[in-house]
Amino acid sequence: MSLLELESVGARYGPVKVLHEVSLTVGEGELVAVLGANGAGKTTTLRAVSGTVRRSGDVVFEGHKLPRRPEATARAGIAHVPEGRGTFSELSVWENLRLGAYTRRGKIRDDAKRVYAFFPRLEERRDQQAGTLSGGEQQMLALGRAMMARPKLLLLDEPSLGLAPLVVKEIFEALARMKEKDGISVLVVEQNANLALAHAGRAYVLEVGRVVVAGTSDELRANESVRRSYLGY
Amino acid sequence: MPLAAFTWTEFAQQIAAGVREGAIYAGLALAIVIIYRSTRVINFAQGEMATFTTFIAWSLMNRGLSFWVAFPIVLAIAFAGGVTIERVLIRPVENAPVLTIVIITLGLALLLNGLMSIIWGGANRQFRGPFSTRTIDVGGVPISVQDIGIVVVSIALVALLALFFRFTKLGLALRAAAVNPDSSRLAGVRVGWMLALGWGIAAVLGAVAGMMIAPVVFLDPNMMQTILLYAFAAAVLGGLDSPAGAVVGGILLGVTITLLGRYVGFIGSTLKLPVALLLILILLLIRPGGLFGRVAVRRV
Amino acid sequence: MRLRLSVELLGFVALTAIVAELPRFVGDYRARELAIVGMYFIALLGLSILTGYSGQISLGHGAFMAIGGYTTAILTVNGFYGHPVRDLWTIPIAGVVAGIAGLLVGVPALRLSGLYLALITFGIAVSFPQLPKKFDHFLGGTTGKILNLAKPPYGLDTTTNDWIYYLTWGIALVLLLCAWLLVRGKTGRALKAIRDSEVAAASSGISLARYKTLAFGISAFYAGIAGSLYAIANAYVNPDVFPIILSVYLVVGLAVGGLDSLPGLIAGAALIYFLQNHADTVAKWLNHLPALSLDPKQPGISSVVFGAVLIVVMLLVPTGVGGLLRRVLHPLTTRLYTRS
Repeated sequence: MSLLELESVGARYGPVKVLHEVSLTVGEGELVAVLGANGAGKTTTLRAVSGTVRRSGDVVFEGHKLPRRPEATARAGIAHVPEGRGTFSELSVWENLRLGAYTRRGKIRDDAKRVYAFFPRLEERRDQQAGTLSGGEQQMLALGRAMMARPKLLLLDEPSLGLAPLVVKEIFEALARMKEKDGISVLVVEQNANLALAHAGRAYVLEVGRVVVAGTSDELRANESVRRSYLGY
Repeated sequence: MPLAAFTWTEFAQQIAAGVREGAIYAGLALAIVIIYRSTRVINFAQGEMATFTTFIAWSLMNRGLSFWVAFPIVLAIAFAGGVTIERVLIRPVENAPVLTIVIITLGLALLLNGLMSIIWGGANRQFRGPFSTRTIDVGGVPISVQDIGIVVVSIALVALLALFFRFTKLGLALRAAAVNPDSSRLAGVRVGWMLALGWGIAAVLGAVAGMMIAPVVFLDPNMMQTILLYAFAAAVLGGLDSPAGAVVGGILLGVTITLLGRYVGFIGSTLKLPVALLLILILLLIRPGGLFGRVAVRRV
Repeated sequence: MRLRLSVELLGFVALTAIVAELPRFVGDYRARELAIVGMYFIALLGLSILTGYSGQISLGHGAFMAIGGYTTAILTVNGFYGHPVRDLWTIPIAGVVAGIAGLLVGVPALRLSGLYLALITFGIAVSFPQLPKKFDHFLGGTTGKILNLAKPPYGLDTTTNDWIYYLTWGIALVLLLCAWLLVRGKTGRALKAIRDSEVAAASSGISLARYKTLAFGISAFYAGIAGSLYAIANAYVNPDVFPIILSVYLVVGLAVGGLDSLPGLIAGAALIYFLQNHADTVAKWLNHLPALSLDPKQPGISSVVFGAVLIVVMLLVPTGVGGLLRRVLHPLTTRLYTRS
């Protein structure tokens, strides 16, 4: 059984329907990528899972249907790092991390230590306002905050957006380690298809709100049209 | 009005009176700021809510309860009332334009004011406070115990609130919900309830301010109207976004207008409010965000 | 759009006809009541230009009405260099004086946004009643100033109340027309652009300072006219004639009428008058509901009713009567339009 299952999920913004019958699965410990051009519905797919957009169809997590309330999604064990990272820019780094653990009871010092081990720079900036961090540091903070919740599934929206290649590398390496060490499953949206396929086991390609191709990373890399449209060689 | 000769003792007494006034403004200003931060709404019913709860305290004490027994009961009632108001009246129009919500709070103010006249009548009532009005000597300056009590209670309240916001999980969630509701939801914070909680806390602050000022003035349905304006002014002075600013703004305003009213003959008691507002207007023109507020740089 | 224009013109003609004929069907006292509704309507028209079109909130328009009222009182009683001015001529002067006051407030208002402006204008509303008390030689203190009773011009055979009615509504219709021309023209577009996005408006070359101040001035001009008429109708002014709460009532009327719906404002104006003076009637109606027994004469009942109506209206129809009208009319007019 998969951890997350989307069964013909649709979503709309007002009168505009942006997702049509999208079905996808994420298994335990899997890193799955969603690829596509601008406006294909990648971000909306994530938002449909976390319930921050009006949706139709079922989202099943660990065998239970998820209610369409972001708070409930978070409590069920899904951490969504949204577009633009969603850090609390007016709060300090440490306060951001505390908020990450909001749904949990008990001590959080150890979790914070784990986050600092992944991203030592966050520890140096512990009391600094999140808004004053660099883009890369903010992305680290967003990931760190998500880790604090000890989620079973991580939803990541364009983690590479606007970051220098070195920082992107650092972040994806951290992601890989998280997946290995904690068995977190990841559903990541990326425009940089090369990067995503290098790290993901499987991927879905969206075009105007529909899944047009799905398969393992190797299969997609071998697919003629995917290669031409998204990988650029 | 001819001025009596200036003495330093009297000057110090005036300052003390100003600080006491200011402590009351600060309490109410803090209530305004807390609601403003989380909902971007100015609650025009804040004064009426405070007076209403003070009347409840009066009724309880009239039944023979002592002040310090009635006090926590009233705070609990105020909290429940604030939460209920948010859930019933504000929640349905959460996404409406600011003006709609402002008008609802104005309507609430009228409604509560009328209810108070109906239930308790419009007459002035004596409210027996917890502190004696006798004066004690503080470094050569006679100051009433009541004034000291009011200031101490206000400071204690502000300190408690600061600790709550800084060190508790709930306090942090309240702040988070205020600055970024979307991300807060994703972190599992029930934002709707945080807003209600904010209203509850604001109502409690108002209730304390009401019960502190009622022994000094008289208790009647319009008791808080002018005070509310000064509190608005204090909140604006400090920056609507800043709780610390509200407190500093309140004290600053209290002292300034007390001194102006006493020592500038032309201002006297009639022009205190216009002059206070003029000063704030000038300040706002120089610093549009108030003393402590930041002017948000918006992306468009 | 041509269709909409003709619908609006037709509406205006119909309104004029109703206004002209109404006094024949109602008593003398009703005519006076309707005249006061007309004054609120004028003030609301101004407020609508400010709040509904340029997006600036004012909780101090009662003060501009008071400025208009006091201007008329001073000119008719003290006179201009000792020569008393006939009440009719003071009306435009009152408008201009209030308008200038509005421009003066409008300048600092440029730097204040949203709620700060609401607070400062509310402060003006609260401060204004202190001025007559402070400068009592000139402004008459708390007792105020007594004006001569209004009389219809020589040769006109009507009662005073009818005269006030026609005067008020005549001015109201002219001002409605002006407001309508204003908001559908270049100025109106500029104001709406500012309301919807200041940054976008500024980058399209609209001068924020000019239009926002202008909106304040025009809006205060309207309020001044309304205040002047109010003073003439009452034949006296004092701080209680223009109480602090008047400013609140005006905003309430605006919200109930619909922020940017000029004809809807008549409903708002009627509500202000009705609830202020006939809250006891509402209380009597409410007594028909089960489990309610209100004493209509009890002090406080009018505030309770006013407040409750306000909240209920805002919760049920946040767009006001104007929004309701538009929702009913819009499908109708668009259908007609697409067919033609």
